[in-house]
Amino acid sequence: MTATSDNLSMLEAPGINWRRQIRFALVGGLSSVFIALAGMPVGLDGRNIIQPVLSMGYLALLWVPFVFASLAGSVVILEGMSERERDAKDLAAGALVGLGSSAGLIILMVLIQNFNLRDPLVNWSPQLLDLLSFDRSTGLGMLLWLILGTTLGLLGGAMHVVPAKVRSRILAVALAVLAVSVLETFLTDLLEGFGLETLTDFIYYKRGGLEVSGAIVVAALALLIPLLVGSKIEGIKTRVVEMPSEERRRVNLLLLTVGAALMLVLPFFLGKITNELLANVGLFVLLALGLNIVVGLAGILDLGYVAFFAVGGYTTAVLTSPNSPGFSPELPWPVALIIVVVLTGIVGLFIGAPVIRMRGDYLAIVTLGFGEIIRLLFLSDWLSGWFGGAQGITNIPGVDVGIGTVKGTDPRSVFLLVLVFCAIAIYVSWRLEHSRLGRAWMAIREDEDVAEAMGVNTTNTKLMAFVVGAVLASFSGAIFSAKVGSIFPTSFLMLVSIIILVVVIVGGMGNIVGVIAGALVLIGVLGGPKQPGLLQEFSQFKLLIYGALLVWMMLKRPEGLVPNVRRTRELHQEEFLQDAWLKGEIDTDDDEDSQ
Amino acid sequence: MSMLEIRDLSVTFGGLHALKNLHFHVDEGEIVSVIGPNGAGKTTFFNMISGMITPTTGDIVFEGESLLGLDPSQVTERGIARTFQNVRLFANMTILENVMVAQHCRTDQRVFGALFQTKSFKSEEEAIRNYGEEVLSFFGSRLVGYRLDQPASVLSYANRRRLEVARAMATRPRLLLLDEPVAGMNPRESAELTALIGRLRSEWGFTVVMIEHDMSVVRDVSDRVVVLDHGETIAQGSYDQVANDPKVIEAYLGRPVGSAVADDEEAP
Ligand SMILES: Nc1ncnc2c1ncn2[C@@H]1O[C@H](COP(=O)(O)OP(=O)(O)O)[C@@H](O)[C@H]1O
Ligand SMILES: [Mg+2]
Repeated sequence: MTATSDNLSMLEAPGINWRRQIRFALVGGLSSVFIALAGMPVGLDGRNIIQPVLSMGYLALLWVPFVFASLAGSVVILEGMSERERDAKDLAAGALVGLGSSAGLIILMVLIQNFNLRDPLVNWSPQLLDLLSFDRSTGLGMLLWLILGTTLGLLGGAMHVVPAKVRSRILAVALAVLAVSVLETFLTDLLEGFGLETLTDFIYYKRGGLEVSGAIVVAALALLIPLLVGSKIEGIKTRVVEMPSEERRRVNLLLLTVGAALMLVLPFFLGKITNELLANVGLFVLLALGLNIVVGLAGILDLGYVAFFAVGGYTTAVLTSPNSPGFSPELPWPVALIIVVVLTGIVGLFIGAPVIRMRGDYLAIVTLGFGEIIRLLFLSDWLSGWFGGAQGITNIPGVDVGIGTVKGTDPRSVFLLVLVFCAIAIYVSWRLEHSRLGRAWMAIREDEDVAEAMGVNTTNTKLMAFVVGAVLASFSGAIFSAKVGSIFPTSFLMLVSIIILVVVIVGGMGNIVGVIAGALVLIGVLGGPKQPGLLQEFSQFKLLIYGALLVWMMLKRPEGLVPNVRRTRELHQEEFLQDAWLKGEIDTDDDEDSQ
Repeated sequence: MSMLEIRDLSVTFGGLHALKNLHFHVDEGEIVSVIGPNGAGKTTFFNMISGMITPTTGDIVFEGESLLGLDPSQVTERGIARTFQNVRLFANMTILENVMVAQHCRTDQRVFGALFQTKSFKSEEEAIRNYGEEVLSFFGSRLVGYRLDQPASVLSYANRRRLEVARAMATRPRLLLLDEPVAGMNPRESAELTALIGRLRSEWGFTVVMIEHDMSVVRDVSDRVVVLDHGETIAQGSYDQVANDPKVIEAYLGRPVGSAVADDEEAP
């Protein structure tokens, strides 16, 4: 398969790789069975996407044939290759993959009917069987799965047959419907704030999910809006890009001010639940921005980041709560915050000093250890005279800001406070990234030895990253403490570190917008370690999805959701392949298989 | 007194004597070439001067002070900068950022200045940027022809080598160590860089020690040539003296130096 293979023999043309299709069919089947046995269909069935037609539970299974068929059909096109003409064979390949996926479910149905493996597999249940047979007879259910799987697979394959433009339209529509359905709580709340209940009543079914008519309206809008205003937006975009930098900066500043103003009034239009949710997201945005400096900019893989969150939270509790067992100065929160920041910074120095002499895997493991040590210290009997051990510290007062008190029972005030600190954190991240220190961090991330040889004092610079990261985490801890009103060691499990790291990685390492987007999507929709997200039904599958997402991101999009322009290039294997291929160093026939 | 004086220096890796009882000196304003077959210890020699490897015995004195025990960043601060044989740019940082970060040890703004955008921060940033652009423009249109806010990884191979030199220059050194600066370049590019090496001394006042395989480059620019083999200095002197030294010819498998060294990549 070379650039000139167009008119060579059939053998060399990159036809459909049937082995790959069969492999995807099998993996699809296994995935379906796994999802079914993990309990997702039954557990999520209560959540409607589109009222009588589609629930989250079915969606958990139905995406498999479609997505796998479309993945199986995609090929990496290297420079100099022209894409193969797609034809009916691709549809057949898609159908095959889809069939494989549903075949897994059909086999599972037969097995559930005839054997009882309920003992090790909790979800091996009649409910699952009922759900899989669409509450009809098992035979009919199997037939339906056969048809559904094949059809969806066919559609997945068809994604490569239709022009790219149509494909992106279809995906946009599907995504819009899904998003509007998932964001139901948020949108209802928001529209209610503007007095537009009639709109939400029309779109949404009363007990959750879109009405069919609502779904059609959303789909139509998603299809029409880009058609109507798409070209205009493109025009504005190119105009802004072509502007002289002076003017562009002014436009950016204007956008920023408008955005900030909108964010500040938003809480007043939102109800309790949504404000609470966004306050939680904000706390994680703070944490993720801090970790982004450590991991994303300086390249130090810190797996114990929760330690600083804990120190911030506990210090605030000790300094402000009248119930603090050892030392209880009952300082007002703003005063306490200053001490918290300084103290957490010092803890950052102390943990950082021994740790940053290590590299890579060793560093990750040691930070993991330090994270746990800090939590265990707060839990220990030895220090329980200060921190209350497992009983924690309760009765932490809210934040008195003059015009009112910020406390957990008033989520709007918490959200506002969090917004202010997020703004500070964004400013700090942005300014530092474009400074002497930020450049030194990036140089260390790129190549520590060379950075050192180019005159960067790597020890001090990495310590600074640790300290700045620690301070941002302490903001989050201080707000968390005042918001919840009590603090226990169980709020600071290792899981928190991991989830923050996933937010940073999924969002896009080293990228402020990406990190915020990551927190919104992951914490807002799926939920944090303890905080529920918009999809509350997901809470028991949260970790499964986090893990799957992380693996998938690492494989397919290592630069994150919102890539940092700097990092994108290096991370994409195809380009390397392309370079090598152009130089004739590798035989492309081999790497087709491995894709 | 010499600018750099190396006395009786040895380095061993496990049992391997990478450098043995080496004596070496550079005077201010000299251009010295270090040549020798592959594995002779030339890169190790640079690693040791720049503080990336600690010598087993011996002393390195730069401008009257010993460099032993200093971190690489401190050595750079004293005024020694280097390039790497296998180009090691900060690939995901922009072209300009590569030369900006190299001025780290010549500047001192910290968190406070960056957060509050103080006057001194802004003027220092401005100075860093200007000096970076000045260093890049040393290579004529070669580097400034690119948009400087693109990542260094977009550069062509020869330009990556040039950016490495620029990055070393940006640390404002007095002694520049170039590890095979023209390796992999075509004859025209190589001649161009050779001319620049001369200008590094005349215009920028750098003293240069250069490891080079290309004997035409060595002949054209060096005041003095030092030949390393198996970690030992086997000859030194002017190019002509060295090229006719029987020991050197023997080290290069008995072939005349000018032809043999150029393609010693294939030598066993
Ligand atoms: N860090 C190291 N550890 C072990 N051996 C090394 C190390 N660096 C270099 N060497 C060995 O030292 C010898 C000299 O290498 P080097 O200085 O790179 O040679 P040159 O640059 O002259 O080609 C080689 O045999 C090499 O394998
Ligand atoms: Mg070498």
